[in-house]
Amino acid sequence: MEKTINQKAWFLVLPVLVLVAFSAVIPLMTVVNYSVQDTFGQNQFFWAGLDWFRQVLEDERMWNALQRQVIFSGVILAIEVPLGVLIALNMPKRGVMVSVCLVLMSLPLLIPWNVVGTIWQIFGRVDIGLLGRTLDVLGVDYNYTQDTIDAWVTLIVMDVWHWTSLVALLAYAGLKSIPDAYYQAARIDQASRWAVFRHIELPKMMGVLMIAILLRFMDSFMIYTEPFVVTGGGPGNATTFLSIDLVKMALGQFDLGPAAAFSIMYFLVILAVSWVFYTVMTNLDKQGGK
Amino acid sequence: MAKITLDNLAHSYLPAPAGEEDWALKELNHVWGDGEAYALLGASGCGKSTLLNIISGLLHPSQGRILFGDEDVTDQPTAARNIAQVFQFPVVYDTMTVRENLAFPLKNRGAEAGYIATRVQAIAQMIGMEDTLDRKARGLTADAKQKISLGRGMVREDVNALLFDEPLTVIDPHMKWELRTQLKALHHEFGHTMIYVTHDQTEALTFADKVVVMHDGRVVQVGTPEELFERPAHTFVGYFIGSPGMNLLDAEVAGKVAHVAGHEVPLGGTYDAPGGRVQIGVRPEFVSLGDAGLPVTVTRIEDVGRHRIARLDFEGTALNAVLPEDAAVPGDNLRARLAPEAVSVYSDDWRVTPQSRSEEAA
Repeated sequence: MEKTINQKAWFLVLPVLVLVAFSAVIPLMTVVNYSVQDTFGQNQFFWAGLDWFRQVLEDERMWNALQRQVIFSGVILAIEVPLGVLIALNMPKRGVMVSVCLVLMSLPLLIPWNVVGTIWQIFGRVDIGLLGRTLDVLGVDYNYTQDTIDAWVTLIVMDVWHWTSLVALLAYAGLKSIPDAYYQAARIDQASRWAVFRHIELPKMMGVLMIAILLRFMDSFMIYTEPFVVTGGGPGNATTFLSIDLVKMALGQFDLGPAAAFSIMYFLVILAVSWVFYTVMTNLDKQGGK
Repeated sequence: MAKITLDNLAHSYLPAPAGEEDWALKELNHVWGDGEAYALLGASGCGKSTLLNIISGLLHPSQGRILFGDEDVTDQPTAARNIAQVFQFPVVYDTMTVRENLAFPLKNRGAEAGYIATRVQAIAQMIGMEDTLDRKARGLTADAKQKISLGRGMVREDVNALLFDEPLTVIDPHMKWELRTQLKALHHEFGHTMIYVTHDQTEALTFADKVVVMHDGRVVQVGTPEELFERPAHTFVGYFIGSPGMNLLDAEVAGKVAHVAGHEVPLGGTYDAPGGRVQIGVRPEFVSLGDAGLPVTVTRIEDVGRHRIARLDFEGTALNAVLPEDAAVPGDNLRARLAPEAVSVYSDDWRVTPQSRSEEAA
């Protein structure tokens, strides 16, 4: 078929461009604007070049927050992904129990993030919380407001409780799409349970699992609400992750320049990691053929 | 290797089957002879795959027993039965190479490395994939994958039986013919008991020594291709096998004559008046056109190469006749003659044996 060339067709893209400009490009550019200038209010700006970037990069505070952030994301991925897969493998395949399980598992996903934070903040309190009080009675020295380890454990357990279902549901969807013939063939071939997992279930789940890992990475890397509600970044700076630090810097200290530089770098890190995931995923798809 | 006995076997997918229709597989007694090649033929949903999965142990039957030789294996798991089965759609292990795929069943059973290597080589040669042995199975075409599945089914030499569940559905026609020939050769060479499920009569008739025809959860006839053609035991066999299928006409039968809508049709044997719904059946190959027999009109003539098929109308009932290639089709007052010795009588769809008939007594 002959291709018709009509430059007016560009107008069809215009609405999307306008929308994206207002929702993403313009806000981002204001941040860029702040990051290269200094201001003392009254809309007076002075050119600062890359000074803010240099300052943030030289500041140990950002590096510490980044380190905590990486450890946090790493730990929750290392727990949630295998646990989610394990749960998916053990979920019923058919019958009434399927719906019961699915609904029960979706519940944590439906709770607003600040409510999740509040639930765990109260749950862990030593004076009135079910968990805190129980541990106290059992003689365990637990106090998430004062002990660094306790604060971390609380946040990690909370995140696992909140988000493992997502991984499990995605993995379950992947498992459900495997035709029965694969399991039957494996039985004929006398494959062990491990071989079935390694050579049938895992390869077939790989696609959705990558999506689960990507989602969990991005979400945990940007986590703000829950730790802010539970620990407020404390004790000390023990649970001050990147976003909490950023908010402190921008809204607490009103250091707009450094905060803008900080957020641009934060954004680039997430963009880069997501791009790596995306590339890996599309490569997986290509190898898989159909 | 062993003969496989099905004893009072039946299966229902419902926990509490009530009526006839609830049984996917109706009560069945059958012995699969050791080392024979069977085709299990029937339309989709007639219970073929159910029967196959019960034999391989993927399904536990609702009632009855399965014996391999003299051993009751009804409660044994698939792995213990030492059966190979190939499925309709290709099953390959994506993460493995073609070689690892073929070696997998042997490796799982702890065979020696040297033996595995020679077997894999032999099978690869048979399915024509020697050149691709070290490729990853992922990304191969559907028919290459299915060839791997077939190869995995055949790689073990000591299996009790080889079961094929419509294995050539995804293979292109030329390769289909070649693989079927390979399977037959394999059967001649090793003498495995083979059961080949298909809904394609050509496939069934060319592959098997004996064809088992299933209809509606029931085995309706077991026989050689000739027996199925000449003496269909059930009207389903009559119309399912043959192209076109058998002509069936409602009739009243008494003695050596059938009455079809007031016309007499001579029969090859003598019958007591059978009960139930009585029909006579005759294959189109034994219907000839001339000036004696049933009055018909021609609706269409189809040229199918070696012969022609006349689509006829006999008082509102469709009839088919196979005509020799160059036979002239007479015009008015056309009559169809049914060769008496080729006419079978059916009562409620089941074939009635004539009381006297020279060739059947022999």
